[in-house]
Amino acid sequence: MSDAPSPRLPERDRPWLMRTYAGHSDARRSNELYRRNLEKGQTGLSIAFDLPTQTGYDPDHELAHGEVGKVGVSIAHRGDMRALLDGIPLGEMNTSMTINATAAWLLALYIVTAEEQGVAEARLQGTTQNDILKEYLSRGTYAFPPGPSMRLIADTIAYTVEHVPKWNPINICSYHLQEAGATPVQEIAYAMSNAIAVLDAVRERVDHALMPSVFGRISFFVNAGVRFVEEHAKLRAMARIWDELGRTRYGVEDPKHRRFRYGVQVNSLGLTEAQPENNVYRIALEALAVTLGRSARARAIQLPAWNEALGLPRPWDQQWSLRLQQILAYETDLLEYPDLFEGSKVMDGLVAELVQGAREEMEHVRELGGAVEAVDYMKASLVESHRERWRRIESGELTVVGMNRFTSTEPSPLTADADGGILVVDPRVEADQRAAVQRWRAERDQALVDRALAELARVAREEHENIMPATIEAARAGATTGEWAATLREVFGEYRAPTGVGEAAALPSEQVAQVREEVERLSEALGRRLKFLVGKPGLDGHSNGAEQIAVRARDAGMDVVYEGIRLTPSQIATSAAQEGVHVVGLSILSGSHRELIPAVLEAMRKAGVGEVPVVVGGIIPEADAEALRELGIAAVYTPKDWDLNRMMRDIVALVAERNGIGAPA
Amino acid sequence: MSGGGGLEGAELARRLRERDLTAAPAVLNLLESGTGRSREAARELLAGLAPAALGREAPGHVIGVTGPPGVGKSSLLSRLVAHWRSGERSVAVLAVDPTSRRSGGALLGDRARIEVDPTDPGVFIRSTAAGTRLGGLAPATRAAAAALASAFDVVVIETVGVGQSETEVADVADTVAVVVQPASGDVLQFLKAGIMEVPDVLVVTKSDLGRIATRAVSDLRAALRALGADAEVVAVSALPPGAGIAELGAALDRHRDSIDLPARRAAARRLHALADFATEHGERGLRALGGRRQAERWLAEQDPALDVRALTEALESRAASA
Repeated sequence: MSDAPSPRLPERDRPWLMRTYAGHSDARRSNELYRRNLEKGQTGLSIAFDLPTQTGYDPDHELAHGEVGKVGVSIAHRGDMRALLDGIPLGEMNTSMTINATAAWLLALYIVTAEEQGVAEARLQGTTQNDILKEYLSRGTYAFPPGPSMRLIADTIAYTVEHVPKWNPINICSYHLQEAGATPVQEIAYAMSNAIAVLDAVRERVDHALMPSVFGRISFFVNAGVRFVEEHAKLRAMARIWDELGRTRYGVEDPKHRRFRYGVQVNSLGLTEAQPENNVYRIALEALAVTLGRSARARAIQLPAWNEALGLPRPWDQQWSLRLQQILAYETDLLEYPDLFEGSKVMDGLVAELVQGAREEMEHVRELGGAVEAVDYMKASLVESHRERWRRIESGELTVVGMNRFTSTEPSPLTADADGGILVVDPRVEADQRAAVQRWRAERDQALVDRALAELARVAREEHENIMPATIEAARAGATTGEWAATLREVFGEYRAPTGVGEAAALPSEQVAQVREEVERLSEALGRRLKFLVGKPGLDGHSNGAEQIAVRARDAGMDVVYEGIRLTPSQIATSAAQEGVHVVGLSILSGSHRELIPAVLEAMRKAGVGEVPVVVGGIIPEADAEALRELGIAAVYTPKDWDLNRMMRDIVALVAERNGIGAPA
Repeated sequence: MSGGGGLEGAELARRLRERDLTAAPAVLNLLESGTGRSREAARELLAGLAPAALGREAPGHVIGVTGPPGVGKSSLLSRLVAHWRSGERSVAVLAVDPTSRRSGGALLGDRARIEVDPTDPGVFIRSTAAGTRLGGLAPATRAAAAALASAFDVVVIETVGVGQSETEVADVADTVAVVVQPASGDVLQFLKAGIMEVPDVLVVTKSDLGRIATRAVSDLRAALRALGADAEVVAVSALPPGAGIAELGAALDRHRDSIDLPARRAAARRLHALADFATEHGERGLRALGGRRQAERWLAEQDPALDVRALTEALESRAASA
């Protein structure tokens, strides 16, 4: 008995890095939040930036209106970054920044802030997300076209490998692919294809001897859904494919450099607005997916809050999720054992299945010319997968407890408090930040900034020069986020990503037969086909919902005008007028509905289409929904309204009523 | 009830004649509409804008812009619209979305790709789904182009060139610009396809590609010369700051100045009438006219000032008497 090898590890494993994706309003308020979180036992920082910062606009830009400080903190220059990290020793901290299009810029601000603290850049540890392809595919905070974007990524990688060696310059994100509806096979295949595109681009820009260290610095940011056994298998499959890619495609000899390193934010897609307390269980099970097996365990974890489908979480909500990580790491015996699944036939079988499926899909992307060229294809596939997922929820094939099954419920005391259980950003933040950035511009050495930006523009035009030194110089000189991005937009041009909706296959007609008939009848009465504008005002790039609505409306027989993300209120109003639409649907998930929706209504009145009915969908607390209805919004839909056909029938009824067309006898 | 439609059409025609650009959405709503009342109104509208009513051909320049998907038509149009606007010319774009109708509905995403100032009242963009055939013109597009040409300085019909639609655009437009990109196989395919007679101006995009683009331009010029065709070839780049856009604008203007506009418009009206007739009466109707060719020959002999409605009615009475 005593000779049998111990099933335990000789020493308990160190826990993963524990973070909370956090940041809101301005630098000072976020700094307070970070310090409190660190006191609570959080071991790393995860900075959430607001959408203007993520897309390269200053708080006083037209497109920033309504978005400043909403989904994250507003950082416009090195003064903001200094305040954000005040009192946090950057030599010891491990900081993850969810930043992509403007990653080079925020990394530069971080380096300059460390410099001010007397910390050399070589000591910095952390991650810039810096993954642009998934921005085109799902998240929407891109700023430049694909070619120049890939160059910015390659430049940050080349720079950090040499100067900031402990930094993870890119987090290849499969997270957002799953949020956009990816199946496990798609999630693996597209993430890996994306990594190949990045590595191939870097290979062009660094000394070949550095490639093994480059490969070793690439980390991933994954998602984990509630099917936690398969999700765990997915991570093992990714580890296997990554190892193989390192060996065969990039000749990486050292197995340490080929290790699949990943951080995780578990699934938000599956979190429900109905009976939101159940989300706590979902989050716990999803956390198991990324921790259970030692050989594919996450390096860093951040968990969503139970109430994300309701609005922005409060510090207490985030603390609740952090405590879950701490219980898992410090109370349970999880970290005392070697890999639990070694030798498991079920796990090996699942992994083999996923590896094979992913290889086939990767081959298809390769045939299309690689991930950059295949953006349209991948986008359309994701829209299609998401549509299929939604169809299964609607038909009941897929059970979502509390949403399409087991729906009767007692009133929840958790959402009963006055604020409805969510964080509301102080509306004065935007005005304050606008004034602050203008003050900053007035007080700095303008000549220094002008020179730095001119140099940045010159380097941007020089394809073979690294953008980072000029970017760091601009950060030092006091340039703003908007100025850095505008300089590059001038050189690189702007870009609109594909919407993916045009290619989506039609639903089997029996699924929409009834609503289609209603659309046909109404169209005949109207004299022309029911025309529906689906608009996404503001900077919010989470277009999955809007895309599904657009595709379903098309399947129901409507003519749908869908122009993608990032529209100004006047663009939406102009489209509504010129296109002659019968109804407008607006989708907003960033919490900026209070500012943007009145602005759209006003612009529509000015454009002479004030009488066209408007419906709104998004993450909208009930109190706000009431206020919107008072403003004249015909209907407000939130994540609990998951039955899209019903929504379509509502829209038909609304248009019929507004046009004085009675219900059929 | 039925009289109201006519008044509405006449009123819209008056507004367009007076160059009231804000009438454009209502004009399109009307032309797309299929109720009996609106058809009558649409006829009134078009009659009010016919050469007989205007005392001349509609002054706007109707330009067809066509080419394969992904060639950069929308970026090109963004630049062209800016060019025209800088010269104070008003522009209407009828974007025929390549998305074919599925399940009766359609997703229209084309206007998103044309960047314009949404607050500029001198630009109007309207998207419609392609006709039932892939890439074909939507039924209302011909009528809309004719109507808007009386109020806008430039009317662009943007279509995706996949087979038939180039020639359809040629039936409607004063000037047809075909857009190709270098090194994509477009150029070669284009040369092979034997549709050299169609374009009035050939646009090679992505001139920023340098030698590849220059090569494509000279290949096309050589091929055109060999065919004895006189289309201009212009290389452009839509990448900021843009290149060749003013030259393209000038080439389009030159073409328009070089043609016999009334003759071209009369031909367009005849084809339009025939298309309307065929939609209404089908193959059987065409047979009653002795076939499409015969009908075209007969139309060519009619008074060039006749508007589409008069021509359609003439065809109908001829078919009825046959």
